[in-house]
Parts: sequence; C-alpha cells; structure tokens
Amino acid sequence: MSTVALPEFAAAPVSERRSRRWPVIPLAIITIFVLAGALAPFLGLRDPAEQSLRLKFRPPVWEERGTWAAPLGTDRLGRDMLSRMVWGARVSLAAGVVTVLLASAFGAAVGLVAGYYGGRVDAALMRVTDATLSFPIILLALILAVTVGPSFVNVVLAIAVILWARYARVIRGQVLTLMELDFIAQARIAGAGAWRIITRHLLPNTFNTLVVLVTLQIGYVIIVEASLSFLGAGIPPPTPAWGSMIAEGRDFVTSAWWASFVPGIAILLVVLAFNLLGDWLRDTLDPKLRQL
Amino acid sequence: MQDDTRSDARALPPTVIDVRELRTHLVTRWGTIKAVDGVSFAVQESETLGLVGESGSGKSMTCLSLVRLAPRPAARTVGGQVLLDGDDLLTKSEREMQRIRGRKVAMILQDPMSSLNPVFSVGMQMREPVASYHGLRGRALTERAASLLASVRIPAPLQRLRAFPHQMSGGMRQRVVGAMAIAAPPRLLIADEPTTSLDLTIQAQYLNLLKELQQQHRFAMIFVTHNLGIVARMCERVAVMYAGRIIEIGPVRRIFKTPAHPYTRALLASVPRLAAKGERLTAIEGQPPDLATLAPGCAFASRCAHVMDRCRVDAPPPVTLDDGHTTRCWLHVSA
Repeated sequence: MSTVALPEFAAAPVSERRSRRWPVIPLAIITIFVLAGALAPFLGLRDPAEQSLRLKFRPPVWEERGTWAAPLGTDRLGRDMLSRMVWGARVSLAAGVVTVLLASAFGAAVGLVAGYYGGRVDAALMRVTDATLSFPIILLALILAVTVGPSFVNVVLAIAVILWARYARVIRGQVLTLMELDFIAQARIAGAGAWRIITRHLLPNTFNTLVVLVTLQIGYVIIVEASLSFLGAGIPPPTPAWGSMIAEGRDFVTSAWWASFVPGIAILLVVLAFNLLGDWLRDTLDPKLRQL
Repeated sequence: MQDDTRSDARALPPTVIDVRELRTHLVTRWGTIKAVDGVSFAVQESETLGLVGESGSGKSMTCLSLVRLAPRPAARTVGGQVLLDGDDLLTKSEREMQRIRGRKVAMILQDPMSSLNPVFSVGMQMREPVASYHGLRGRALTERAASLLASVRIPAPLQRLRAFPHQMSGGMRQRVVGAMAIAAPPRLLIADEPTTSLDLTIQAQYLNLLKELQQQHRFAMIFVTHNLGIVARMCERVAVMYAGRIIEIGPVRRIFKTPAHPYTRALLASVPRLAAKGERLTAIEGQPPDLATLAPGCAFASRCAHVMDRCRVDAPPPVTLDDGHTTRCWLHVSA
C-alpha cells in the first residue's frame, strides 16, 4: 500500500511545478505558424508568386529603403518575403506532419508485429529495419527527384519510406519489455487473440513514446524537406518552400541578406519550437525516455 | 473412473481436469529440456491441488501447458492429454482455445503490480471479459462489474471502477485480478503463486477469499506455490514436482505426516518452525539438476541421502502406497 502512496508525498514541489509548466513559447510559435499557414489565403497578403522588378531586393521595413508594402523585404524577382514565408509555412508544416504520420503509423505497426510475434518474424522485420536505417534519406530523394521528378508527394514518400524504421525500432523495443509483464499473459489467459492484445494492450502502452517521437521528428522532417528543396530535389517552384527560398537568396547574401535570412529564421523557429515541445512532452509523459 | 462418478452421484464430485502423461519440451541452444516430463494428475470440483517444488521444477510450465500458453516457439507440448470435463484441450484449434481460456480456465499470476494494464481504468478492464462472457451492455454491464468487485471485498466498487491500477495497492489489484478470473465463472482456476508479493496479513485475507470464491462457484483449483504452510491451509491434495516430474502426490495430511520420497522429507524438514527454536534448519545439499544434461535414473539421486545403485541406472516407476498416495522412489519398490 505504501508503495502507491509514497510518490505523492516524496515528490519535490519545485521540480514538479517546473516540469508541469506549459511550454508557452514553443506552443505560441507553432500556433502562429500553423494559423498563418492555414489562413494564408485570407490574410490579405500579396500573391507570393507576384513579381515586380521595380520592387526587387527591397530590404525589410526597418532598413533605409524599406517599405510597408513588403515588411520583410522582397527577393530578386520583387516577390514579397512575408507572403512567401507564410505560404512556405504551409508546405513545410504539411510535409512535416504528413510524413511523420505516415512513417509513424507504418513504423509502429512493424514494431508491434515484430515485438509481439518475436522469433523469425522479429528477426526478419528488424533486418529490413536496419537496412532501411542505413540508407540516406537525401540520396533517395535525389534519386526520386531525378527519375520521377520533384514534387510534394515524392518528398513526403522519400522521407517516410526511410523514417518509419526509427519508429519500428523504438516501438519494438518497448513492446519487448511490455510482453514480459503479467497483464499481457493475463490477457492471453483471458482468451485475447493477437489482434486484441496488439490493439488494446500494446499500442495504448506505447502511445506516450509515439507522441514524443512524432513531435521530435516533425522538426527533423522540416529540416530534411528544406534541405531537399535547397538542393532542388524538393518542392518545385513556383510553390514557395523555405529551403528553395534560402537557395535562391544564397548568391546575394552580402547585398540582400534578408532573402536567405527570413526563411532561415522561419525554419529555425519552427524546428526549435517542435524540439522544445517534444522535450517537454517527453519529460511530462514519461521521464524514462530521457535518452531519446 | 469418471463413468462411475456419474452413475453414483453420492460418491465423488466430478473430475474437472484430468492430466495424463503431459510432456512439454523446451528447445534451447543447450539442447532439448524436458520441462514437463510425463505429468499426470486430476482435480475434482471444489478441490484444490497444491503444486510445490523448487524454481525450475516445471510447476509454471505445467500450468501454462494446460492452457496451451507455454512460451512458443521454444516450448512444445509433445504428448499426453489434458481432459477438461472429458474434453481434450491438446486437440483443440487455437480459436477454440481462445474461447476456453478465461471462460472455463482462469489464471491468477504472481505479480499484482504488472497484472493490470496501466493505461486503462479498472472498470474498462473489468467490463471487457464480462461483456464477452455474458453479452451484457451499458448499465447492466457496469453493475455486473461492480458486483464482481464487491464479491472480492473491494469497498465502494462503483467508484473503484473509475480508478486506475496505479491508484490501488498490491492487495487491491490482486483482488481485481481475482474478480476478473471469476467473471465467467471458470471450471478451473490456476493460481500461480498469487500471494508471494503480498503482505502477510493481506496474504491470509486473499487466501480466505479464494477459498470462499471456490465454495461459491465450485471450481477446481491448482495452487502453485513453494510455501508449504499455504499448501497446508489451502489444499486437499498436494503434488511435489522435481525436475519436470511429479515425484509424490497424495492427500496433504498424509504427505505432511508420512512423506514417502526423500525429497519431500527434505523439503518438509527445511521449513522453519517457531516451536523448534535454536534448531538449525536442514538444507537440501547440492543444486537442482541441469535439465539439459539429465543422466538416466532418478533425477534426485545426486542429492539423495538414501541413494542406491539402481537409482543411478533406472528411473523409478510410480508406486501407489495407499489410497491416492503415489510416489516415484525405489525405496518403496519391493524387490
């Protein structure tokens, strides 16, 4: 009896309050970008593709030649950086979320099956997982871009096809520990079949891990997508993507720093926010996952 | 024998589980281990059979083999019969077994801390078996679940249905497991050291509770333990296992009073007694045998005080001493 009551009294009040505090800044950053991206057509911004050579390379509004017509400046074709950044958020966030959801669903399924059945099934699935993990994502995406042509779908598939392996690994490891616990044996003895045990007992117990991993990986996927766009193997123009915006501004860093700086800051903020949120979720949901 | 009991209702209650020559082998990298090596016993309605022996003697493997849940792919039941109400479980399909488990055979495991799913409330976990066994829904289902909790003496059962496992004590959780086990209610309850991790006072309560539930539902019970004190108060008969075999089986009183097998004698002598103060405890010398490299003959021969030449050559056959008391020892075979 005492083992149940003890933690409630023993926990230090200070550290508890600190870990329970909501991660306001990361949440605010993510909310702003998500809202801006989702409501992009209704914000009264200029068309992100609208060119105006008269307005090219205008600096942000606080600089000398700045204009309120383009608060964050314009790029080499006179396109509005603010508008492009907002529309770019759509692409980056959508790519991040869709990819991670696809990868986590498939990876979790593989991990659950491998951990539950064990033996040869496990060995076979884990070898495939190892092989997948050893394949560089960027290389696969470049191959896809060259052979099939760059597109949003190809970027998502190229990343998801490799990213699932991490989920499979982590979930399988957790399932192996869960399988040793009596409630799995008890469920079997009560007549539960494989499907029931996997969906009702194993999956719900790995949910915390999944949520943490998904959040942390969204930031990672956004970086990978930006890298691909930077290399020209990602989202093709004219769709504004942060990675390709940095690539376009690269040649003018000395004269028009904002062309690369604005999308760069956007990537930094969003990825940092997702990582901080993921860290917070990990600490709140399951302190045992510290090594992730 | 079963036919006799059916014609003469007054004689004996019907046999629930009849295990004949059960053999389960474990395939490991050290070779094939005969974890359960020709085990036979029967348990009647309302009767409790104690299964005692050292760790690794095959107690748990025997129980898991009964419900065909011995850990695969390593373990394989290679022979014998498990007759549950006359129906051989070893010939059933996996789908049929899933219907039998829980409904006809229930099991309570050792560790109350991990025997409930931590992410669901007690109510959600209780409702599942009750719904599938009795086809209940909604309010009736909740009430049935609550009444099951009440029957294992959990106070305020309706409120407790909303609690999560971590909000309950070990004793309380083990009661919940007990309540789920009798949801059907089963014909056979296998209790695998259910009180080992409970406080002594809670242990006694829980054992009384099991006995009461047994009287109420008349199920047969197999009680696995290495606590001989618990055997004395819980069981009518006891089977002593050594190296995958039952080396002695019979009524508890007879075996405690006149143990026939040297191993049983040693086991009883190693139980601490309050009365015998200052006396040294008797330990059984040596280690349990390595089942992978078992020599022919009696498995206990290397540790036995009465070992004879023939013990090292041939395994002793079962010898019936008197009514229902059987042992496997050459000492009791008259030449």
